[in-house]
Amino acid sequence: MKFGVVIFPGSNCDQDCFYVIKEVLKQPVEYIWHQSTDLAGFDAVILPGGFSYGDYLRTGAVARFSPVMKAVNKFAAQGGLVIGICNGFQILLEAGLLPGAMLRNRNLHFICKYVLVKAENTETAFSNLCRPEQILKIPIAHNEGNYYIDDAGLQELKQNNQIVLRYYKFNPNGSQDNIAGIINREGNVLGMMPHPERSAEEALGSRDGLLIFKSMLEYLQNKR
Amino acid sequence: MTTPNNCQALGLSQDEYQKITALIGREPSLTELAMFSVEWSEHCGYIHSKRMLQLLPKTGKYPTLIGEDSGGIIVDDLAIVFKMESHNHPSQVEPKQGAATGVGGIIRDIFTAGARPIALLDSLRFGSLSEPYNKYLMRGVVDGIQFYGNCLGVPTVGGEIYFDQSYNGNCLVNVMCIGTAKKNKLSRARTKGSGNSIIYAGSSTGRDGIGGCSILASKEFKRGEEKRPTVQIGDPFTEKCLIEATLEALATGYVTGIKDMGAAGLTCASSEMASSGHTGIEIELKGVPLREKNMAPWEIMMSESQERMLLCVKKGKEKIIEKIFSKWGLNAALIGKVTGGRLVRIKHKGKVVAEVKADDLTSAPLYEVPCVKPDYLETVNRLDLHRLAEPKDYNQVLLKLLGSPSIASKEWAYRQYDHMVQTNTLVLPGSDAAVLRLKGTRKAIAATTDCNSSYCYLNPYRGAQIAVAEAARNLVCAGAEPAAVTDCLNFGNPTKPDRFWQFKHCVEGITSACQFFNLPVVSGNVSFYNESPQGAIFPTPAIGMIGIIQDAKKICTQYFKKENEAVVLLGVSKEELGGSGYLKEIHKTVRGDAPELDLYLEEAVQKTAREAISKGLVSSAHDCAEGGLLVALAESCISDRDNLLGAVIDNLTFEIRPDALFFGESQSRIILSCKNSSVPKIRKIADKYKAPLRVIGKTGGKKLVVLNGKRKPIALPLEDLSKAWHKSLEKQVSL
Repeated sequence: MKFGVVIFPGSNCDQDCFYVIKEVLKQPVEYIWHQSTDLAGFDAVILPGGFSYGDYLRTGAVARFSPVMKAVNKFAAQGGLVIGICNGFQILLEAGLLPGAMLRNRNLHFICKYVLVKAENTETAFSNLCRPEQILKIPIAHNEGNYYIDDAGLQELKQNNQIVLRYYKFNPNGSQDNIAGIINREGNVLGMMPHPERSAEEALGSRDGLLIFKSMLEYLQNKR
Repeated sequence: MTTPNNCQALGLSQDEYQKITALIGREPSLTELAMFSVEWSEHCGYIHSKRMLQLLPKTGKYPTLIGEDSGGIIVDDLAIVFKMESHNHPSQVEPKQGAATGVGGIIRDIFTAGARPIALLDSLRFGSLSEPYNKYLMRGVVDGIQFYGNCLGVPTVGGEIYFDQSYNGNCLVNVMCIGTAKKNKLSRARTKGSGNSIIYAGSSTGRDGIGGCSILASKEFKRGEEKRPTVQIGDPFTEKCLIEATLEALATGYVTGIKDMGAAGLTCASSEMASSGHTGIEIELKGVPLREKNMAPWEIMMSESQERMLLCVKKGKEKIIEKIFSKWGLNAALIGKVTGGRLVRIKHKGKVVAEVKADDLTSAPLYEVPCVKPDYLETVNRLDLHRLAEPKDYNQVLLKLLGSPSIASKEWAYRQYDHMVQTNTLVLPGSDAAVLRLKGTRKAIAATTDCNSSYCYLNPYRGAQIAVAEAARNLVCAGAEPAAVTDCLNFGNPTKPDRFWQFKHCVEGITSACQFFNLPVVSGNVSFYNESPQGAIFPTPAIGMIGIIQDAKKICTQYFKKENEAVVLLGVSKEELGGSGYLKEIHKTVRGDAPELDLYLEEAVQKTAREAISKGLVSSAHDCAEGGLLVALAESCISDRDNLLGAVIDNLTFEIRPDALFFGESQSRIILSCKNSSVPKIRKIADKYKAPLRVIGKTGGKKLVVLNGKRKPIALPLEDLSKAWHKSLEKQVSL
């Protein structure tokens, strides 16, 4: 299964995602420059964390206009797997591929730390290897992770089982309904604030993040 | 063409003006004078420090690299490049931008060497947090570090923060960056090959930061001066693109030399590259991308606008390099060429505005400075322990020390730094040293910064030795073998004889300790003039050190791991309280002499700990430092916040005063915890190296209990210790 990692100017977790796919998941992976318009041949696309375009204006607000986002839109419409991590999640929100918006953290500070998240929906392409309600230890590192959506939107997310990850015991950023990760209605686009690529090896303190990438692989292999 | 007024405005003395005129055989032009003023400044020319710095050892166990802008060591086929640099005065004036551009500047020194930056550490000093301005400074500096470092994707993995009155009016912001590269891929900061092209890359040039190095960094703060316009403004997004573009450009093999335009901007980059490359250089300023209109040639030459690079590129390959920078959305402009001869020739729209020998610019006059032992020493070195009352309640003393800002957990700060990006951080902030794996190898490196400036104030020579010894001890506690040093030497005005005495003795202390431990000083920085109207800062020779861990699986952290393990003390506790955190926080005085340091004992203790860790015998290892034995024990109980673990310490010897036993800061001590069955094995190692070893208690329970002779034992619930240590800084820095 071939993964692609998009590089926007200012992305800074691109190499970490690339490393996990290649060295830990042992799957083929290529970088995709933000001006590329062709995603043919990829099975999954990762929008990595970082500060695309320096977070100018708003996080993700400039990146959504990069040429590659048109291709990502098309790729998603055709059922390709797209995962946006941290800044990638923020870009997916700005691009309208996922509903809601991101506010600054409740304490108005950048927060980098390990947190616990609960797998709320384990039937997705990104979480199928998690046990129901499994608690995962995955770190966060963001300034704007305070997920917001209006009440109607929240109801819809709940009804459609789109909330995949919730902060467990401690909500670090004030996100609505403790949301840490959501999926689109079609089930092929996931956005999450915690960094699974930072917790995919025991040496780094947790392997729980690897479950996300392994689930994607599992899904893609079954689909074939 | 130029007048004495020009000189004064540029920070040059009349004497220096005469020297310049004699060197070039005529009155200098304004542009030339401006160029000399920055190159001959303390910051660029090291005019008061160069002679002393030549003492520092340059060789050690690993082959060393001493580059133009940074240095490092070679481990197998990997070059580990690192350097620490100060940005004190800009931070005191404008804390967020001052700290941010401090981070930006040191990172550029690393990637211009061809190395990818993999970690940052910060060594910070502030005045007392009871002063609102110091709170503002600390909040601003931490904000600047997170603003810049997080965006770049270089993890901030460690450092230190200390507070003392002496930094009121002059905070210290020292930033250390570490990078790695294949050893045959390193680049140099020099011109090469007559006819090759000089390309300017990165941000455009504005009027920001003019005189940053000469006016701001090379003078002390005086009352009522406005220096904000000399501070630069940073843009981390541009720097991130600049890192990627530069490393991509270097990988082509067409870049024969590169230097960042930091302090003294284009003047420094052009003249120092030409001087190191033994060539001439010719630059046409018309081609320099400008962000402001009508900039005069001298302004362009002196600007310290951030995120700019000067490259020497093989003739005919200019387009390839320009294309890489433009791919990353950055300017790249051909502005000159390497010439024969040794002249730096600056043209503006065809007209020559400066023409001087590169070596004249880079050979600033060096000054011999009178050196006199400071008067204060005789008074402050006197400490009569008989007249010092012992505390009644040791529980309260321990809680108070744990909550004092210099000792308390620095989580409030490091929580705001991305310390995990690049996925190499094996030991996260909060232990004695940060540990980073080196992907593609079995090895890891440990890194730390250290300096107890109270010791350096009381005894500059020994204080500096202790800074080296303690940095090494911190690395050993992580399981590393200390390998190399960078230093950032912060002092007052060097033209005052007693300040220079402090500087001289600190450099001699670093030299002797580094020689003893076979550690090279591969890079460094001197920051003088750290004075405000209330006086000079404590001498602060910050030591940055890295160590090598052969097997990344054999690393160690400072917190207790399991119940019912033995708690072992390596080293000896002496009756000494001079310069201790206890004296400062409880008795409100900084007095006495710095603790004794026996380098042979230090070596024995370090070798014992390292061998025991590498054999897998040790569960935790923690250096005994500020606050002494009890603070170190408490930290081992509580620094893993989610897994607090108590201890009962019932086997201390009481041959010395209890407050010295509990809170004295005798050097060369490490607290280990280990399985009971490992104790004989560790004892055997300690005997081999002749290191004193004593089992002082065991882990377990929900309290830290320490028997206190015939008196009531010290006993505190872990929650109380944890609350005092974890919450204190956040509380004190809140507005």
